[in-house]
Amino acid sequence: MHHLSPSGRPALPSPSRRTLLRGMGGAAALGAGIPLLSACGGSGTAADPKTVTLGSNASDAVPKKAFAEIYAAFKKQSGITVDVNTKDHNTFQEQINSYLQGTPDDVFNWFAGYRMQFFAAKKLATPIDDVWQKIGGDFPDAMKALSKGEDGKYYFVPLYTYPWALFYRKSVFQQHGYTVPTTWDQLVALCRQMKKDGLVPVAFGDKDAWPALGTFDQINFRTNGYDFHVELMAGKASWTDAKVRKTFDHWAEILPYHQDGAVGRTWQDAAQTLVSKKAGMYLLGTFVAQQFTNQADADDLDFFAFPEIDPAHGQDTVEAPTDGFMLSKAPKSKASAVQLLEYLGTPEAEAIYLKADPSVVAASSKADTSSYTALQKKAYAMISGAKHLTQFMDRDSRPDFTSTVMQPALQKFVRDPKGIDGLLTSIERQKKTIFASG
Amino acid sequence: MSSGTTTKIPQAAAEPPAGPATPKKRAPQGHRRLLTRRDRITLGLMAGVPTVLHVTLVWVTALASIALAFTSWDGIGFGSITWVGLDNFKQLFSDNPQFWPAVQHNVIWFVVLILIPTPFGLFLAVQLDKRIRFSRVYQTAFFLPVVVSLAVTGFVWQLVYNPDTGLINSLVGANEPGHYIDWIGDPDLNLWAVLVAASWRHAGYMMILYLAGLKSVDPALREASALDGANEWQTFRNVVFPTLRPTNTVVLVVTIIEALRAFDLVFVFNKGAQGTELLSILVTNNIIGESSRIGYGSAIAVVLLVISLAVIVPYLIATFRKERRA
Repeated sequence: MHHLSPSGRPALPSPSRRTLLRGMGGAAALGAGIPLLSACGGSGTAADPKTVTLGSNASDAVPKKAFAEIYAAFKKQSGITVDVNTKDHNTFQEQINSYLQGTPDDVFNWFAGYRMQFFAAKKLATPIDDVWQKIGGDFPDAMKALSKGEDGKYYFVPLYTYPWALFYRKSVFQQHGYTVPTTWDQLVALCRQMKKDGLVPVAFGDKDAWPALGTFDQINFRTNGYDFHVELMAGKASWTDAKVRKTFDHWAEILPYHQDGAVGRTWQDAAQTLVSKKAGMYLLGTFVAQQFTNQADADDLDFFAFPEIDPAHGQDTVEAPTDGFMLSKAPKSKASAVQLLEYLGTPEAEAIYLKADPSVVAASSKADTSSYTALQKKAYAMISGAKHLTQFMDRDSRPDFTSTVMQPALQKFVRDPKGIDGLLTSIERQKKTIFASG
Repeated sequence: MSSGTTTKIPQAAAEPPAGPATPKKRAPQGHRRLLTRRDRITLGLMAGVPTVLHVTLVWVTALASIALAFTSWDGIGFGSITWVGLDNFKQLFSDNPQFWPAVQHNVIWFVVLILIPTPFGLFLAVQLDKRIRFSRVYQTAFFLPVVVSLAVTGFVWQLVYNPDTGLINSLVGANEPGHYIDWIGDPDLNLWAVLVAASWRHAGYMMILYLAGLKSVDPALREASALDGANEWQTFRNVVFPTLRPTNTVVLVVTIIEALRAFDLVFVFNKGAQGTELLSILVTNNIIGESSRIGYGSAIAVVLLVISLAVIVPYLIATFRKERRA
């Protein structure tokens, strides 16, 4: 519940409704008890070869409509109806476990990376190598790697992706004569200058506990490189390693330039300080653009990659969470489901989605980028030029670890950066027991 | 709720059913013949269905979670349950940085509820009991928060406490850098902030309980004390309050239960982040999710259960003893 992940990209500025739903959903789920939850999933109708059921987490208006258009186009082409079962985004995530064990829909929305591999390894998904034989040519290698389970088989069809970066207002940078920082020292200097100029240098809201994970990711892979970051996420490297300590030292250096009271603020509220030009920069995924409802403001929005910290690693890693589809363990109409997945992997399907939701970019390398906004073009260039792609801490590591250990630990750090040594020891101790289980 | 069903069954079965169940032919040879086949089936279903539901939903799940507390399980298939003995508890007591704060906060929750909104509820009840004008209006106003779901209460209070756009900070101008009050994120503040919301609700609840208690105070007693020349405070202290003893017991138990089950308000408020950790929230965080730690979460639930039993069992013993004497 608590991991409203970065993929919780609400399309509308409606944190309150979402919080409320989440609260009620959580309370209801607790009351109903685990065994009953599985009964909620699936439509339970007899298999109709011309109908594919699809479990969707696209509960927000913009993505919901975009997906509906894809399914309509698919029906026109193939004659197969997609029966969509939409659930609140966060509820979907909370219940995914029991949902997949019960009677899930044939196809379901999910995220690339560890979270996909986890369910693949638990045999709760069907491998789709046959689908990839058809669509494989359309995707770059990084996307192929992201779509494979630990066993080397494909389990995932990516649809779109979006990078994390530092966002800013062009007009604000112009007005004060700032230049985009490319090194750590420049970033720190810029923060200092912004503070002097009466701006909040870095907007920050960590009430939902996941945004701080993103900040950690950026500083860590810039400081220690992609390989160490991956090892750390996989539970292999130690959190008490001096390298991790260095990451937190860097973070502590710029933390005073972050917005006050981050733990009490949602990312949407933090984004508003960037919208109102009170903040100079904001580290988030491109979905921050959804908060810029005024077209003039949206055109003023720009971003740059997190500056280099160690020249050995430069800016070679980009954090780019990827969303897409999986096939459940025993689909009722498998042939049609495979057909749907093949369609979802086509550039046409991507194009339909991107037209309706321009805050993300296509996962496919064949997708038509001519209608991209300037922001999308830049995001696309950033991802395709990356040497390594990461997903996000809660997608690259065990979700139980990130949600029960890392989220509270980083909130604690953000509030009180002094107790870092004790915090890291505590993280490492808890990590060992969690990674030792199952 | 748990003891109700089991005690009622024998009573219901022993009572001779009225009306249609009267014996058709000869005089009955024993108790059993009093009931026709149909009656027995009806009674069996009436007693049986709730019993089965009760046993499966309350006892089986409770016992299962006790058993699971000694295992490690991700919730996927029964094959992945592994026995880990006391490991979960060891981890909980020594490694979990949120556990002891959570226990502490549950205790604070109880102490605050019993010290502030409870006396306040009593005060309101006493005032309303005087049949002042618009008494019904006040009664409704104070009771309203009890009617509204706590999830909604949490949502409303969030609008008050939001540090950037909330009511308080906007009024006092504490949403500017430099003198920023972070009601939700600051661990020294947020528990108290949420307790205000909890108290706001609890006072209304207590008021209704006390109002009911006050209605049962014999007017003759008040009259007598008035004749003896006691003033209002003396009457309350020496006459009314002592007669509220049974109500006080109920209030105590209700408040303990409220403190132990505190969940929804905090969950909506900030999901039990820094400063507002509660046992119930830790249970939820570990059990619900895409890859759950059901064993570990169950261990926390067992701790909560033990605490609850430690409080409730002495109460039940005392109550039953009293009933037997009576």
